[in-house]
Amino acid sequence: MAEKSGADILVECLIDLGVEVVFGYPGGAVLPIYDALFDHPKIRHVLVRHEQGATHMAEGYARSTGKPGVVLVTSGPGATNAVTGITDALMDSIPMIVITGQVPTQLIGTDAFQEADTVGITRHCSKHNYLVKDPAKLASVVHEAFHIATTGRPGPVVIDIPKNVQIATAPYAPPLSFEHASYKPQTQADASAIATAVEMLAKAERPVFYTGGGVINSGPKASLLLRELAELTGAPVTSTLMGLGAFPASSPQWLGMLGMHGTYEANWAMNKADLIVCIGARFDDRVTGRLDAFSPNSKKIHIDIDRSSINKTVEVDLPIVADVGNALTDMITAWKTHGHKAADLSEWWARIEGWRARNSLAYPESREEIMPQEAIAELYRASKAAKDVIITTEVGQHQMWAAQHFGFEAPNKWLTSGGLGTMGYGFPAAIGAQVGNPDSLVVCVAGDASIQMNIQEMGTATQYRLPVKVLILNNEYMGMVRQWQELTYESRYSNSYSDSLPDFVKMAEAYGWTGIRIEGPQELAAGIAQMIDTPGPVIVDCRVAKLSNCFPMIPSGAAHTDMLLDPNQIAGIMSDEAKALV
Amino acid sequence: MHIQEEYSERHVLSLMVTNEAGILARIAGLFTARGYNIDSLTVADITPDHAISRITIVTNGPPKVIDQIIAQLDRLVPVHKVTDLTANGPFVERELALVKVSGTGEDRIEALRLADVFRAKVVDTTIESFIFEITGTTDKIDNFVALMRQIGLVEVGRTGVVGLIRGKEPN
Repeated sequence: MAEKSGADILVECLIDLGVEVVFGYPGGAVLPIYDALFDHPKIRHVLVRHEQGATHMAEGYARSTGKPGVVLVTSGPGATNAVTGITDALMDSIPMIVITGQVPTQLIGTDAFQEADTVGITRHCSKHNYLVKDPAKLASVVHEAFHIATTGRPGPVVIDIPKNVQIATAPYAPPLSFEHASYKPQTQADASAIATAVEMLAKAERPVFYTGGGVINSGPKASLLLRELAELTGAPVTSTLMGLGAFPASSPQWLGMLGMHGTYEANWAMNKADLIVCIGARFDDRVTGRLDAFSPNSKKIHIDIDRSSINKTVEVDLPIVADVGNALTDMITAWKTHGHKAADLSEWWARIEGWRARNSLAYPESREEIMPQEAIAELYRASKAAKDVIITTEVGQHQMWAAQHFGFEAPNKWLTSGGLGTMGYGFPAAIGAQVGNPDSLVVCVAGDASIQMNIQEMGTATQYRLPVKVLILNNEYMGMVRQWQELTYESRYSNSYSDSLPDFVKMAEAYGWTGIRIEGPQELAAGIAQMIDTPGPVIVDCRVAKLSNCFPMIPSGAAHTDMLLDPNQIAGIMSDEAKALV
Repeated sequence: MHIQEEYSERHVLSLMVTNEAGILARIAGLFTARGYNIDSLTVADITPDHAISRITIVTNGPPKVIDQIIAQLDRLVPVHKVTDLTANGPFVERELALVKVSGTGEDRIEALRLADVFRAKVVDTTIESFIFEITGTTDKIDNFVALMRQIGLVEVGRTGVVGLIRGKEPN
């Protein structure tokens, strides 16, 4: 067999694995790989402006297409800049392959130029990582890395390749199939557990489906199965931030998001339920609130592909380790085989309607200022005409408002940084989503602070003619920080004011984008319509009410039933115990 | 405000892992990253082809945390199997220690007498010192070392615990 260089082997592997796009940035230790890419026009390389941008683009691409995102960066600073995105992908279970260059093997450990211990640094923020010291092993590592990143609970896998390994040669043939010696995720549920789960569901008087990002990760079919099971049982459905879109917001069975900024009805239903069916979610602290008051009288079923997510924070009565799609298929089959009929949940629904009547997402109207919630609602209305809409967000108040006021109907259309809460995620994620979905309307809902964390990627959108739309809800504050300072620190606004903001419209023009400023409620509808109708990338500087806060809210350390519906309920100073919580 | 301490119990975990670069850092780092405790950790490869290592970890924590530790270890890619020996007992656990003691006269004789009681072997001697080799449970070694401290303990080297399930079946 003819021998190929490590760099050629890598690129051949990527082609064999169906990779269409690589997000990357060249540098000394990856020059051989970049040279190999030069000969392979099949792989589209998107040149970013900062390696963190590459990782979030790969995440946005992966989350919106269901394919793994691929990142290529150089050693040292290239790798360390990628760490935030790798960690973000780990927390939110996004399949991603990060290929990093490394100094040649004989220089490893000598503090060589642009040397960093990449496998050491990424060991605990990746699902797995490799340092490849032999070109003959590169092909099997790359194929294994894709297998690990995309199966089980998906996540980021890092492959660190020293420069001399990229140049040295070895024979290459694509591995046909392999079984990993130790990595064998359990995807099929235990049949008796499924039978028990269905019995519990049939008997429940006050059931709630609590669903998460696992439903999205399982593939679009899982979302359809969730809808089917919800319909069969008649039970209400709530979802985490990561799971939005798996169940249609237009369904009467939809309670809205739960947790810290979830709806009144979702959180009260969780509190009063007699059965919680957790599907691909992980009882995150943002969801549970105070643990000892979390859904105190319910039996809990937890379906998750990751055994370590089960009983981690909340003890459950029935654990089911499985891929969500498989488990839902089995549950639906078992439900039908046993001839179960939807129980009469009218009493339960009547209580839920009572909670729903509180209209917890209501916000004050204003003729003088744009209410940020109204800006999202207007975006939702205006984008309904578009064939396909993908919304990404940065992190903060605008993120919660987008989650609350935009109605998601389908999976893979909502991209947000849930677990790590990475400011700077949304804009590059939108670019990545647009690369994977060139005909979709991709809108990044941003805050004036978050957008600046990866704003350099405007050049990337310009270069590849990606028509992303960035809607900045500009309140001149790090709004969520300011909100917490109001709640916890008597409005001592320590460093939460966004001083010296750039002129975003001029910035748009500087990069060859279109810039739009919306200053008052009368301009809102026209401004957003103009954003959607303008070809090419657009930045909208939407000046919103400066001191709006995000409600409802469960203060940290409080129970679901201690929800604050409006600012008037905020009283006094928090205890040290509550302050110490995140 | 004060930080609350939780009740914890001791568990001996036995792991079968792929013998590859970085595996120890992966395991040890998981413990530090998630705030778990390591009382002792031993590792050595155990197959003729050197492909598999057994890692024995003594840890302590509340029962819920022990379950989490096992689940977290189990999902690491190079980990083949995790067995909680304490929960799957009965099992045998042993630790080896080298204990250097110096002294003259009656102390020397007392050290030898105690070593005999503990079935410790003399593996090195000078006119003024012994190195004892002792094998046993952690408790037994703790007790021996405590007695030697009163006589003239110089220093101790301990291997950490290894353990196996009793009976003919593997872990």
